Amino acid sequence: MYDHILIRYGELALKGRNQMDFVRRLVKNIKQMVYQYYQESPVLEMEKGRIFLKLNGQEPQKYYEPLANVFGILSFSPVRKAELDMDQIKKAALEEFRSLPGGPKTFRTTVRRPNKRFPVKSPQAQREIGAYILKNVPNLKVDLHNPEVEVFVELRDDGAYIYTQKIYGHGGLPLGTGGKALLLLSGGIDSPVAGWLTMKRGIEIEALHFYSYPYTSERAKEKVVDLAKVLAKYCGQINVHIVPFTKIQEAISANCYESLWITIMRRFMFRIAERIARRREALALVTGESIGQVASQTLDSMYAINEVTNMPVIRPLITSDKEEIMELARKIDTYDISIRPYADCCTVFLPREPKTKPKLVLCHKEETKLKVEELVEEAVNNTETILIKADEKDEFGYF
Amino acid sequence: MLYLDNSATTPVHPEVIKVMEDVLKKHYGNPSSLHQKGVESEKLLETSRKIVAQTLEVDKEEIVFTSGGTEGDNLAIKGIAFRYQNRGKHIITSQIEHPAVKESCRFLEQFGFSVTYLPVDKQGLIDPQMLKSSIRDDTILVSIMHVNNEVGTIQPIQDLGAILKEYPRIFFHVDGVQGYAKVPLKLKEWGIDLYTVSGHKINGPKGVGALYVRNGIALLPQMSGGGQEGGLRSGTENVPGIAGFAKACQIAREISVINWEKLSKLRKYCINMLKEKNPAVIINGPEEEHVSPYILNISIPGLRGEVLVHGLEKEEVLVSTGSACSSKKDIISPVLQAMGIDRETALGSIRVSFSYQTKEEDILIFVDKMSRVVNRLL
Repeated sequence: MYDHILIRYGELALKGRNQMDFVRRLVKNIKQMVYQYYQESPVLEMEKGRIFLKLNGQEPQKYYEPLANVFGILSFSPVRKAELDMDQIKKAALEEFRSLPGGPKTFRTTVRRPNKRFPVKSPQAQREIGAYILKNVPNLKVDLHNPEVEVFVELRDDGAYIYTQKIYGHGGLPLGTGGKALLLLSGGIDSPVAGWLTMKRGIEIEALHFYSYPYTSERAKEKVVDLAKVLAKYCGQINVHIVPFTKIQEAISANCYESLWITIMRRFMFRIAERIARRREALALVTGESIGQVASQTLDSMYAINEVTNMPVIRPLITSDKEEIMELARKIDTYDISIRPYADCCTVFLPREPKTKPKLVLCHKEETKLKVEELVEEAVNNTETILIKADEKDEFGYF
Repeated sequence: MLYLDNSATTPVHPEVIKVMEDVLKKHYGNPSSLHQKGVESEKLLETSRKIVAQTLEVDKEEIVFTSGGTEGDNLAIKGIAFRYQNRGKHIITSQIEHPAVKESCRFLEQFGFSVTYLPVDKQGLIDPQMLKSSIRDDTILVSIMHVNNEVGTIQPIQDLGAILKEYPRIFFHVDGVQGYAKVPLKLKEWGIDLYTVSGHKINGPKGVGALYVRNGIALLPQMSGGGQEGGLRSGTENVPGIAGFAKACQIAREISVINWEKLSKLRKYCINMLKEKNPAVIINGPEEEHVSPYILNISIPGLRGEVLVHGLEKEEVLVSTGSACSSKKDIISPVLQAMGIDRETALGSIRVSFSYQTKEEDILIFVDKMSRVVNRLL
């Protein structure tokens, strides 16, 4: 029977004095994630470079999915605990080996001995435990270089920890250790991935969506809500700010030079986003832009658009190819939602020939035809905020 | 009144009624409509799909809502046959299938398909080796029921699936109308490609059910129209029915293990009591192993099933003869015939079928009334 899940957080170990804050945050995030899944609080113990989740007789498998979704976890293993006694350790190691499916044919044993008071040194312990398994399992061979199974034994202060499996998490840093950013979430493939990657680096996010009703439908909004739900799986809940954008788009298309519509529209988006970010105490904007993907994402366009804000703009996908982005989207389960065929604010009011090299002077000139400040202020004031939670209970209350 | 005809249909669970009533009042929008009302209904439809998928441990995209068991079986069998006929035109099924499966196969015979009807033993069981030896190069589909509706025999689906895993080009359809949420099932593990479920057998509404279609299978739709249900089943979705069905699935799945244990004991208890009161009683189908605890088929020598049913009805106990679908004809049930049960026993058979509500007292009442009726009639 497994006693614990051993959780490794890799990169965090490098963070010097702040390390304890990071670990405490990680522990809190693990607790919240498990609670989100099972409405129960697990017992977690912090120890030199590791966190242990106490199983208290429960199956380890039920924690795999929640743990894999916590950013900052590098990997984890279900472990058996044995007393610091060679006989007990050997028995537990054999039990662990026998519990593996498929009857492995080759193995090796690896011992670590952070507890230097334990009398048997690692190489010798390794040989003894390996020999014991070899003796008790028929048709088994030792293979030091390319074993099917590696039996790990960690000799720690409070006991020996034995495991063979290692399940990988997403890595990254614990959420909430990096401040907050505002994600421009369109409903396409890129922006949810950009948001996910930002969260992975420990940054909390809120989402901003530009809504062009009646040019885009209720279903386009629904799509954004569903995407936010997927992202919320990693952080519990997420605020989605819905900005009414129709009036601005109509004003632009009625007054401005057609080829610049998109550039001017994006400049409005950044202005509004910056204002909402300040209100929400976010320190950066996040977009799913990738160089050259569309007319508004050429360097020239980004230069012209970025002028309206002083805030850092995080663009995690800036050098990624579409294929790479799609692969990530599939991995985090946003792809199928993103490809639902509903128009969003970026696909209505499309000019026939958008400029790929818009000039700033021209943008300034065109914008004098609009009451920029008034339009921005109005959009910000009419923004509606929805809190999206990860828990999958149906909103109808039927099930 | 004691209702023991739950394999014919079940009373609708109060919580299901509550859900349906609410949906009928509030969520009348057409899921395909663009507006708010439509979006709501679509969401409810997809939430329902997710609930049903969870109970089967499959993906949401693998669930097609239908009008029930008959449609599910038709869609699965004809849908595979017509879509994949270029691979071959041979189908294997059994002699004890529900008419929805049997008649679909007969229908296909008119289109040049050949069908092998596997025999069963005295217990109503198919021999997996028999399946293996019936497979031909042109076999494209095997359709076997999970639980027989007349005698309750549970087919060795896992073993049949294991054989079929060696033939990846043969599809495996299982009619799960009497088995779903009642007896153990591991769809993915057992290699089942298509699985039929019906709502009204699990205390859900009539006229709604689901077909599980494994990802990657392209059925030929039986209904042409607006392309609902991923193009497999056109027609505006029965949203209140589907929501009620999903609720019924959720409840049934939650209590399925407890019921299995409870009813297994009660069925055994019932058999023992019946034998005690009337040693001549005959159990048609398996007594303990390979049988659904929800169904008990018995005969009293010298009495016709129909007479027993009416006699019991006078005592306010409702049961069926062999099967509701064949009870109106004076022919013996093809299922009992296939099991090699003699004509007289077959004509005398009645089916008693239980539900999650069945209690020990109900068994006592049934046995008591039964012996009273038998004593009076014999």
